[in-house]
Amino acid sequence: MQKNSFRWKIGGLAGNGIKAAGDIFAKTCTRGGLHIFDYLEFPSLIRGGHNTYQIRVEDRDVFSHDDRIDLLVALNDNAIRLHQNELDPGGGIMYDPRVITADVESLGAKGIKLFAIPLVELAKKYGEIVMQNTVSVGASFALVKYPFEILERVIHDAFAGKNDEVVTSNVLAAKAGYDFIEKEFSSVDFSHLLEPIGSSSTQLVVTGNDALALGAIQAGCKLYVAYPMSPSSSILHTMAQYGDQFGIVVKHAEDELSVANMAIGANYAGVRAMLGTSGGGFALMGEAVGLAGITETPLVMVGAQRPGPATGLPTWTAQSDLRFVLHAAQGEFPRFVIAPGDMEECFYTASEAFNLAEKYQTPVIILLDKYLSEGHKSVVPFDLSRVKIDRGQVAREKDLSGLSEYRRYAVTESGISPRAFPGTKGGLHIANSDEHDPYGYSEESSENSTEQMEKRLRKFDKAEVDIEQPKLTGTPNADVTLVGWGSTKGPIREAMQLLEGAGITANQLHIRFINPFPSKTVASVFRQAKKTVVIENNATGQLFGLIRERIGLEAHAKVLKFDGRPFHPREIKKSIEDILTHA
Amino acid sequence: MLKGQDFNTTYQPTWCPGCGDFGIWTALKTALDELQLDPHNVVVVYGIGCSGNMANNVKTYAFHGLHGRPIPVAEGIKLANHDLTVIIIAGDGDTYGEGMNHFISSIRGNHDVTLIVHDNQVYGLTTGQTSPTSEKGFKTKSTPGGVIEEPVNPVSLALSAGASFIARGFSGDTTQLTDLIKKGIQHKGFALVDTLQPCVTFNKINTFQWFYRRVYHVEKEGYIPNDWNKAMAKAREMERMATGVLYVRERPSYHASLPVLEKGPLVKQPLDGIDISKIYKDFV
Repeated sequence: MQKNSFRWKIGGLAGNGIKAAGDIFAKTCTRGGLHIFDYLEFPSLIRGGHNTYQIRVEDRDVFSHDDRIDLLVALNDNAIRLHQNELDPGGGIMYDPRVITADVESLGAKGIKLFAIPLVELAKKYGEIVMQNTVSVGASFALVKYPFEILERVIHDAFAGKNDEVVTSNVLAAKAGYDFIEKEFSSVDFSHLLEPIGSSSTQLVVTGNDALALGAIQAGCKLYVAYPMSPSSSILHTMAQYGDQFGIVVKHAEDELSVANMAIGANYAGVRAMLGTSGGGFALMGEAVGLAGITETPLVMVGAQRPGPATGLPTWTAQSDLRFVLHAAQGEFPRFVIAPGDMEECFYTASEAFNLAEKYQTPVIILLDKYLSEGHKSVVPFDLSRVKIDRGQVAREKDLSGLSEYRRYAVTESGISPRAFPGTKGGLHIANSDEHDPYGYSEESSENSTEQMEKRLRKFDKAEVDIEQPKLTGTPNADVTLVGWGSTKGPIREAMQLLEGAGITANQLHIRFINPFPSKTVASVFRQAKKTVVIENNATGQLFGLIRERIGLEAHAKVLKFDGRPFHPREIKKSIEDILTHA
Repeated sequence: MLKGQDFNTTYQPTWCPGCGDFGIWTALKTALDELQLDPHNVVVVYGIGCSGNMANNVKTYAFHGLHGRPIPVAEGIKLANHDLTVIIIAGDGDTYGEGMNHFISSIRGNHDVTLIVHDNQVYGLTTGQTSPTSEKGFKTKSTPGGVIEEPVNPVSLALSAGASFIARGFSGDTTQLTDLIKKGIQHKGFALVDTLQPCVTFNKINTFQWFYRRVYHVEKEGYIPNDWNKAMAKAREMERMATGVLYVRERPSYHASLPVLEKGPLVKQPLDGIDISKIYKDFV
């Protein structure tokens, strides 16, 4: 009997309510003190196609999804055909025998437990056919003997705001599924059990996008502007949902060119403005990144990656825009590139990004990806006391009143010069995309061009020591050091534990700041490591190459995956074992 | 009290002698002066072109942005601080070519900005190529066989998009242009002041004399700018060119339609005291 370690997956058509079912399942687990990590797959269409939602439940913090499942809720034949091999013996399939024509009996013969349940009939009894998702969630919890009352409360909250009939019918449908399993399969020994473990503090269930949006709100973001693009769109939805409550203007602009320029205008005028997009939208913003660079306007840009080139795989995951955002826009100027690795990092990176953007008066790019942006993880509530607001050097009226002149782009030792917001007496200047003199006037002389370029680049002389350095976690002097950035953080962490279980000691270097690159720290780790392996969701090893460029050392190997799917811990473990075997 | 010259900077314009930009420059400064606007409460956002080079010559807050993109920068500024007067100086290439989507969208949103377009039917700063408002058949370096496209008609386009204030001025008539810019600034919503101007160096067809023979003041003929169909007819006149306020329709501006901004400009909202824990309930 396996207690409180359970992997659940539901598969069906888009429009079957897969996502709603997953949300409710996840929150029902976390309200009992359990921890979750979930992962969704769906194609870029609204009806039809094949959608899945898989949730890993543990009694400890969980950092990635798993490729194996314990219970498959199959709303159609495709779900069985595509996912039957993910089940281990002892696992189960829940299905409606009047819907499924696939040969489930042969799976039964292989030791897969079969749970036939009239999902459609029960759904129709209490409402509409789409409620078979709710029936199946109720039935799933009955199988693992989890208290129905928790599910009932989650359903109440999930449908709050809709009419009572919707709530009641969903609760009844869930109960019908729950009761059916209890009655019909009471004698079947399903080897998994979920049991509430209680929790001193409430856990939140958030996606990376949710966490980032919450972090931005807490950091005083007052204008969010975007053009919808997967997988960044849910940031727009979240900001729009809470905009009125927190005094934020949320603007869905006409295109990404407008998005970037509007955000720059708002930041110039003195508010904290953020934008969100994905690779394709970011490409349209390229020129504006440089505009923020040369006008020294703070700009926080969120780029949620998906596989390219062009439209690529719109609803899948990748880490293939690293080199792109590092170099987007003509000319040379400083920029931060930060790649948070999990939901907590997404939250705290938001305020950090605003502070850095305003301190250094330059663009800050936060790189996410679909795996992080759209998957959920349970987290303890964020520590709001960690969110500090530092607006950098701002010239206010009192600072300017005694001065005979104001030089917006004064050549200073740090390269940073105080900015005045429009409306401030004494602060008139030109924020100029032409090369300019210290006042902002267009100026093309050799001396001035050199001085202003050096001024802007000098801002980054000390930035490398200003940023949080990557930490080596795990066993010291390990057999292998696993190096990654962004969303591979969780799967690598879980893989490290699997490797330890197989007698291979491992540690992990998660590089969150890509630019400025923490060269000293990374070089020091590389020099001491026995074997370094870079793990990335792209085809060309973008971080692998960057490390070589920045520290002059090359990792021993790279593990790359570029099929739109995230790494799961077991495949990382296997790759590392192969590398060590053939070394 | 400010004078027109108080909006001068120490930087001399770089336009050709006789350029239509001088007239627009003068009219803008005079309008700011006559409206008694404090320079620090005015932001002028400039595009790229000869027109955008005016950024160095008007003493207000200035943002000299990218080609085609001054409109969204101006919208961002206005959304951040709607107490500011926000004006856009752009060319016909900026507005009706590279930035057409922004032009239409800003009109639809009725963002409270005043867009002054230097409409000289040619690209001057890149040394004389066709512009979106060049007449069909116009021969330039990029169109030696003559322009094939029909020209954009800025006024009829703005009317179609639902603009709430449309004026057409002429850089050779700074008295009228000053008045149009003032009315545009005072209008609560998006104001287009399409300004006919010659490019003395690269447009040898649409010269000062060419314009002088065609332009006339609509108000002198008793025109009242409250009828969309009449405005459309004025916009499409070919032999004569109507100048003046061609259409006005009061409707709420974008920022005035946002409940969030009722308590004042975003830039004045405090950043401390925010507590997201009150929405945690939605994530449990």
